Amino acid sequence: MGGALSALLDGLDPFCGPVGLFRLFGANSIIACGDAGWGDEIAFGVKVTISLALATVPVGLVLGFLIALAAQSQDRLLRMAAGIYTTIFRGLPELLTLFIVYYGAQILVQSVLSSFGVEERIEINAFVAGMIALAVVFSSYSSEVLLSAFRAIPRGQYEAGDALGLRRHRTMRLIVLPQLIRIALPGLTNLWLILLKDTSYVSVVGLSDILRQTGIAARVSKEAFFFYFIACLLYLILAMISSFGLGFVERWAKRSGVSR
Amino acid sequence: MSAVSELIPPRAPPPSAKVPVTAARIAGIAVLILWGLLGIGLIMTVINGWDQTKFLRYGPRYLHGLWVTVSLVGLSVVLGAALSLPVAFARMSQNRVLNGIAYGYVYVFRSTPLLAQLFLIYYGLGSFRPELETVGLWWFFREAWYCGLLSFVLNTAAYQAEILRGAIQSVPRGQHEGAAALGLSPSIAFRKIVMPQALIVALRPYGNEIVLMMKGSAVVAIVTVFDLMGETRYAFSRTFDYQAYLWAAMFYLVMVEGLRQVWARLEKRLTRHLRR
Repeated sequence: MGGALSALLDGLDPFCGPVGLFRLFGANSIIACGDAGWGDEIAFGVKVTISLALATVPVGLVLGFLIALAAQSQDRLLRMAAGIYTTIFRGLPELLTLFIVYYGAQILVQSVLSSFGVEERIEINAFVAGMIALAVVFSSYSSEVLLSAFRAIPRGQYEAGDALGLRRHRTMRLIVLPQLIRIALPGLTNLWLILLKDTSYVSVVGLSDILRQTGIAARVSKEAFFFYFIACLLYLILAMISSFGLGFVERWAKRSGVSR
Repeated sequence: MSAVSELIPPRAPPPSAKVPVTAARIAGIAVLILWGLLGIGLIMTVINGWDQTKFLRYGPRYLHGLWVTVSLVGLSVVLGAALSLPVAFARMSQNRVLNGIAYGYVYVFRSTPLLAQLFLIYYGLGSFRPELETVGLWWFFREAWYCGLLSFVLNTAAYQAEILRGAIQSVPRGQHEGAAALGLSPSIAFRKIVMPQALIVALRPYGNEIVLMMKGSAVVAIVTVFDLMGETRYAFSRTFDYQAYLWAAMFYLVMVEGLRQVWARLEKRLTRHLRR
């Protein structure tokens, strides 16, 4: 069963499968799959980039939603706490946030371990560090998008929920959230495209994403222009695919608005 | 003779409304305490780890890095604005070819990472050394600073062209028609009527773009330019002192927040005639 599934996945592999992109150039080209070329390495980088972006979004969205809730709460102190968060993480360069998380987590874990008497040099997983840093940045931007979406929903919608006898969280889930998604989707689409580009920063802390893999290929093969061009092309294709796909989602979210 | 013989004795004021202790309040206090602890921790790290020799050694380097960052961002924003003008006009033109080229340029530069563009220009074009030497452009592509500047200018020009186009197209048609009715030539109408209104619309996105550029400029550190981030990486690689990053964070935060405040002031001043 597992073998059949993996065979199917191999067959549908857009890079190194039987009808893959890198097969088009023959088996001996510099981007061929296998030992002769860099095709499979770059394909791996694409997978890492996509999985990093996909792993970041849910964390960032949930965090951003909570911050947006905090930023529009009645309580002044909670609003202030949320404001500090967004001010810090929208003001820091993404690269610096990544370094702070990467080295900071390393120092933190090390000091915690040494307080337990474990003296061992540890390396933080670059994927996790990248995910945390990107999620933090994503959440601070998405909280702004969600906040403005919250403000676009009239009070009457909440009051209607109260009038129907719904509880607070049911009002939120059944009445507010569907509208919120519709209003916030264009902004979130933008943020996704920005996130896709920001994943390139994790190549600096050693995660094998598109840019790092093409960079290694460029250094070894001395074909820097060609490989970095491929990197740009891959990011471009990813952006095109995701704006195409998100266009569908947007139309789906707007389906109730179209008939009016 | 007054009807009232007895005055009503003064009474205590009504009790002030009590602020109920809600979950939101508790969460707010908890998070604020967390922020406070983090801030104290930050200050304590700086005080405990204070090292005069390190400060004297790396302090001036940080200031120099700050200057490199600011000058790089300033130059690229100004040059990018100059380049964005023709791109924006090409994007608005009726000519299919011009429009297509401008659209392709904007699309490509907006949907690829700045880091990849920088690598493409610095390492990619740098690998054509003999060709560049014959053209006499090698001095330009040899220097990481120039390559950083070039990639920033190309990148920000794409973003600014979209800002400019959106702003110009947001000016209602009636303004053009009104200018034509007054007998103004199209160029004067554009300069005196359309552009001032468009720039007010574009003010806020321009501010955001400068902030994004300032944050994005940290990537030049990776191609060996010693900007603020580059000096930070240098200091960290020499001392392994985590404070290096904290200082850089403070510099960047102050810079970005200051710019944001200045921009908000500027916008408030420039749009005072639109407020009711």
